[in-house]
Amino acid sequence: MAKDRANPLDYSRKTWMRLCMGFTFVFLYFPIVSLIAFSFNDSKRNITWQGFTLRYYEQAFNNSQLHEAFLNSLIIAGISTTVSTILGAMLGLALYRFRFPAQGPYEGLVHLPIVIPEICMAVAMVAFFATVNMPLGLTTITVSHIAFSIPFVAVVIRARMAGFDRSLEEASRDLGASQWQTFWNVTYPYMKPGLVAGALLAFTLSLDDFVITFFTSGPGSTTFPIKIYSMVRFSVTPEVNAASTVLIVITLALTVAALIIQSRSQGPTHA
Amino acid sequence: MPDSNTIITIRNVVKRFGSSVTAVNDVSLDIRRGEFFALLGPSGCGKTTLLRMLAGFESPSEGEILIDGEDMDGVEPNKRSVNMVFQSYAVFPHMTVHQNVAYGLKVAGTPKGEINQRVGEALALVQLESMADRKPDQLSGGQRQRVALARALVKKPKVLLLDEPLSALDAKLREQMQLELVRLQKSVGITFVIVTHDQNEALSMADRIAVMEHGNVLQLAPPAELYEYPNCRFVADFIGKMNLFDGQVVGARDGRVVVRVNALSDRVGDLELPYDGEARGGVGVAIRPEKLRLSSSEPVDEPVRLRTRIMEVVYYGDENHVFLEAGEAKFTANLQNVSRGAHAGVVRGEDVWISWRQEDTLLLTS
Ligand SMILES: Nc1ncnc2c1ncn2[C@@H]1O[C@H](COP(=O)(O)OP(=O)(O)O)[C@@H](O)[C@H]1O
Ligand SMILES: [Mg+2]
Repeated sequence: MAKDRANPLDYSRKTWMRLCMGFTFVFLYFPIVSLIAFSFNDSKRNITWQGFTLRYYEQAFNNSQLHEAFLNSLIIAGISTTVSTILGAMLGLALYRFRFPAQGPYEGLVHLPIVIPEICMAVAMVAFFATVNMPLGLTTITVSHIAFSIPFVAVVIRARMAGFDRSLEEASRDLGASQWQTFWNVTYPYMKPGLVAGALLAFTLSLDDFVITFFTSGPGSTTFPIKIYSMVRFSVTPEVNAASTVLIVITLALTVAALIIQSRSQGPTHA
Repeated sequence: MPDSNTIITIRNVVKRFGSSVTAVNDVSLDIRRGEFFALLGPSGCGKTTLLRMLAGFESPSEGEILIDGEDMDGVEPNKRSVNMVFQSYAVFPHMTVHQNVAYGLKVAGTPKGEINQRVGEALALVQLESMADRKPDQLSGGQRQRVALARALVKKPKVLLLDEPLSALDAKLREQMQLELVRLQKSVGITFVIVTHDQNEALSMADRIAVMEHGNVLQLAPPAELYEYPNCRFVADFIGKMNLFDGQVVGARDGRVVVRVNALSDRVGDLELPYDGEARGGVGVAIRPEKLRLSSSEPVDEPVRLRTRIMEVVYYGDENHVFLEAGEAKFTANLQNVSRGAHAGVVRGEDVWISWRQEDTLLLTS
């Protein structure tokens, strides 16, 4: 009898714990599940289930404005991910590697954009572009995205490198490799999972950013989130649901791909 | 100019970190071609720093280092004909054993055929042929160390540097590797410079040992000389165990020095010790624990003898360590258990005679 009792640390067997977990789960996923479900609803309103249809996906795909916004988002995310991953990785590596005066304050400043409210970043960006006389448009959005993604990538790389055994680099140098060879043969393979994670973070940050994008966009430079926002202002139609579902699927697919790449880089490699 | 027998010359080398830490303090020594050289000292004495200066990872604040007659000032680690086995082994985790060993040859642009042949030979040298396709995480600590060894030896360096190579291994394996490293060193004929804080390791492997403390080399000598004739209290105490007493020189007689040991003088009188230098004032008098003899009746033939009480007996199987007291003076005696029950009479609380030969007594002036 007594043997069947839960262990003191067997929290998952405690009723209150299960309730808590179940509630959290529902709270997290009910909105998303209902969003996806109603994207297939054969009704103009998201209130009652009328029947299954793919009509709204068709409509979303044929909505040329939505199409264009989506393309813009991809271009911006693509460029911003590439640039911010490279710059962020260099920054993270430099923070990990070098000891210099006022390093503490400098690191704090680098991380500041992560914590300061996005709206302030947005205002600052707009003010900055105004002073340098840069017309708002795709370029300004991209530049802003790069700017706010860099600290995130740097933090990820920095964290990854914290576990790096620096004597590996010394061993490489000792065995006759130049600094450049050492970086590509020893440091980079270790950094790779961090790079993938950082790039993914940068991509999703850029893809779904609203506040900063809203402030720094100009006429004709609508991104996907902004377009959806403007559609929702009229009414939440299943078309919006369908578009959002597509976004969810893309993000999920990217995450899975990143996970696969990461697990592969830890498996056997033949260089 | 160093002669052709010298492979490494270290001249007045000082290494400072910042303004407060002097890790290596004016070290000068020559390492001979083909010898097994050990840098021995307690943790923090600057051994690793000295080794890293040889490898090129640190540059001396002062002084110069010559490798095979060539000044190493400003020479990058990848341009030096020395290789290093790191304390952490630093085996590349994302490469197989074969790729690890091949790495140094690959970055040097060695042709593929030659790489494979030399890697094969190096792996055979450390008996790892069957592990060539494994990843480091599929190897034991001892095997990873062999990979690090093979990886360095395959480069055919003039000197192999080893930083505490055995400290991460368990006791049995460590002893086995000590023998194997010596065998390896003799068979490849490369100069080995090993850093260790373990005196047994240094004594059992090295041809010559430099004992370091606080960045200084205190004594450089072959193992037996270091053990039998330490030149200062620190070396005497650090290498093996030592019964150490304070004394004063009170005179000299026929090439011998007369020393009064305060704690012993009322029991054994003044000691006449062989010493071929100048000695005066306060000195140390030392005797190794295994050179003490215990007997229940007064020994007649030994010049130094006194009656002591056994305070403690610690049994180690092969040896008994006996802790003795005679008034102020405390002794440790190590007794070999040459036969079963050899020291049945040696028990706590008993009084015994201890004695030793005058010639086995050491006079330490610093
Ligand atoms: N990179 C460094 N920066 C500052 N101090 C150091 C550095 N490397 C070593 N030291 C100091 O130099 C002294 C000698 O260190 P080390 O050569 O590693 O000793 P050992 O290998 O004999 O234990 C120590 O006090 C250590 O703290
Ligand atoms: Mg060390």
